[in-house]
Amino acid sequence: MSVLVYTESENGKFKKNAFEVASYAHEVAQKMGTTATAVSFNASENESLGNYGISKVLNIKNDELKTFNAKAFAAAIQEAAAKEGAKVLILSSSADTKYVAPLLAGHLKAGYIPNVIAAPESINPFTVKRTTFSNKGFALSEITTDVKIVGVSNNAFGSIENKVATTIEDFSPTLNASHFSTKSVEIDKVVGKATIADADVVVSGGRGLKGPENWGMIEELAEVLGAATACSKPVSDLGWRPHGEHVGQTGKPVASNLYIAIGISGAIQHLAGVSSSKVKVVINNDPEAPFFKAADYGIVGDAFEVVPSLIEKLKEFKAQNA
Amino acid sequence: MKILVCISNVPDTTSKINFTEGDTKFDTNGVQFIINPNDEFGLTRAMWFKEKQNAVVHIATVGGANVEPTMRKALAIGADEAIRVNADPTDGFFVAEQLAAIIKDGAYDLVIAGRESIDYNGGMVPGIIASILDMNFVNTCIKLEVEGTEATAVREIDGGKEKIATTLPLIIGGQKGLVEESDLRIPNMRGIMMARQKKLSVIEPIAAIHATKDTKFEKPAAKGSVKLVTSVDELIDLLHNEAKAI
Ligand SMILES: Cc1cc2nc3c(=O)[nH]c(=O)nc-3n(C[C@H](O)[C@H](O)[C@H](O)COP(=O)(O)OP(=O)(O)OC[C@H]3O[C@@H](n4cnc5c(N)ncnc54)[C@H](O)[C@@H]3O)c2cc1C
Repeated sequence: MSVLVYTESENGKFKKNAFEVASYAHEVAQKMGTTATAVSFNASENESLGNYGISKVLNIKNDELKTFNAKAFAAAIQEAAAKEGAKVLILSSSADTKYVAPLLAGHLKAGYIPNVIAAPESINPFTVKRTTFSNKGFALSEITTDVKIVGVSNNAFGSIENKVATTIEDFSPTLNASHFSTKSVEIDKVVGKATIADADVVVSGGRGLKGPENWGMIEELAEVLGAATACSKPVSDLGWRPHGEHVGQTGKPVASNLYIAIGISGAIQHLAGVSSSKVKVVINNDPEAPFFKAADYGIVGDAFEVVPSLIEKLKEFKAQNA
Repeated sequence: MKILVCISNVPDTTSKINFTEGDTKFDTNGVQFIINPNDEFGLTRAMWFKEKQNAVVHIATVGGANVEPTMRKALAIGADEAIRVNADPTDGFFVAEQLAAIIKDGAYDLVIAGRESIDYNGGMVPGIIASILDMNFVNTCIKLEVEGTEATAVREIDGGKEKIATTLPLIIGGQKGLVEESDLRIPNMRGIMMARQKKLSVIEPIAAIHATKDTKFEKPAAKGSVKLVTSVDELIDLLHNEAKAI
């Protein structure tokens, strides 16, 4: 009856959110009076999950699963859940887990609630708080099925250290060709750069930047801050930036610690995507820009003057605080 | 090729969100409803398959009679036929089971759904359908080509994109990127007139599980006012010492 958590890894290393969902699983397990088991795919350092309250790791070593494949991963997680008799499954909110979760839900006849922002309010009935209406509201949602699946929003719960003894057990799920009926043929991914999904800081530019040739300063600012770059919808529609960077109701949600919006008006559809960010800074030359109403800090000014000076000063700040 | 586009009826993106009946229901008062934007991209891609590859395009929606104007709009954009399952779409699992039954009966080769509805953001309907019918599935799909029974899709991943090869029957969770924004269609007068004549069948729901229910809603707490600063030094100081964000 343990709680099962899928801890994502990439090139053998756990993603930051793996520790967050592990922490969440530990919390749920405590509330249920049981333990948390992780299922991990080709990860080294499985022991590290013990620091976040995971008492058992089902360790899958399988070359066919080195590249993410939703159907095969779902089958493996499902088998792990059956082996552990898990009634509650915990996942993150990455693009990959949002691909896997509904497949699991269908196979396990399980209710699935994504975008969960806090530990369950109650276990019986199983009730969680989540965002709805693209972050314009919250819902308390009850899962009424025997098996329950929870998708935890990025950075909503945090990684909480809780050292427990961990056993690591090799696990070989039964897979066949039908699990690989969709095949990855090419992955085009920026490596070594923070992504919007898990960055602590996001620097975002809007149409106020006038053109793609002006993105150098956005990238430089992002580099100084170790941030991911993002943009508003018209910017990606105009082809100035890739679609994957577009933030908002019809784009990506951002749940970073710090969100810096430069030359973005703050239309309701854009704000919907950033309301889960903790601290919002706006740089805009129009004091009436709606974004100022949603921001914590603001500078009314020309981005082409403010941003270069911010970069300089941040470099100095970093040198002093290194 | 026979295509089903699953259309969800959602509040317009500019809607102010309010709750009613002791915060247990979404307040539809004064709210304009539209085709879910993720589905609109999918519908337009389906029109491309119709025009270039002679595909037949049906749409399906789970909802009460109130969703019919949105369905007529999809017909006016060019879908051939519409099916409405006469039930409240209160739970993603229930909706997926209804649509799966339609897909099975209609023997569709390609099913286009949205990555998520922008109201409840469940993001589960296409995936649950895929698992119920054992269909191939590509989520967060931003490109789709079909040649015979072979399909090539591109999906958005965190920090990039992935190209996937698969075969029909296929279901996708689509989103922006499937077609260019500028290619989205606005129904013209002829389309609207024609839509009135098109078949819109209403069917009763099959028995299905309700896996989740929303018991209470809340709005985010009102925001304190912005602190305006005039120099970047001041901003850095506040971010460091007050917000502890850098
Ligand atoms: C169905 C639908 C869905 C949508 N979904 C999204 C979404 O998910 N995400 C999204 O972002 N938008 C979305 N939109 C679009 C949204 O309504 C706005 O059009 C968009 O967010 C505006 O982008 P912007 O702020 O970059 O551009 P603009 O509205 O053009 O604003 C640019 C801002 O830059 C400022 N500026 C100009 N020059 C400078 C300068 N030199 N220095 C500093 N500031 C300057 C201006 O004062 C202005 O405030 C959606 C729209 C619809 C209809």
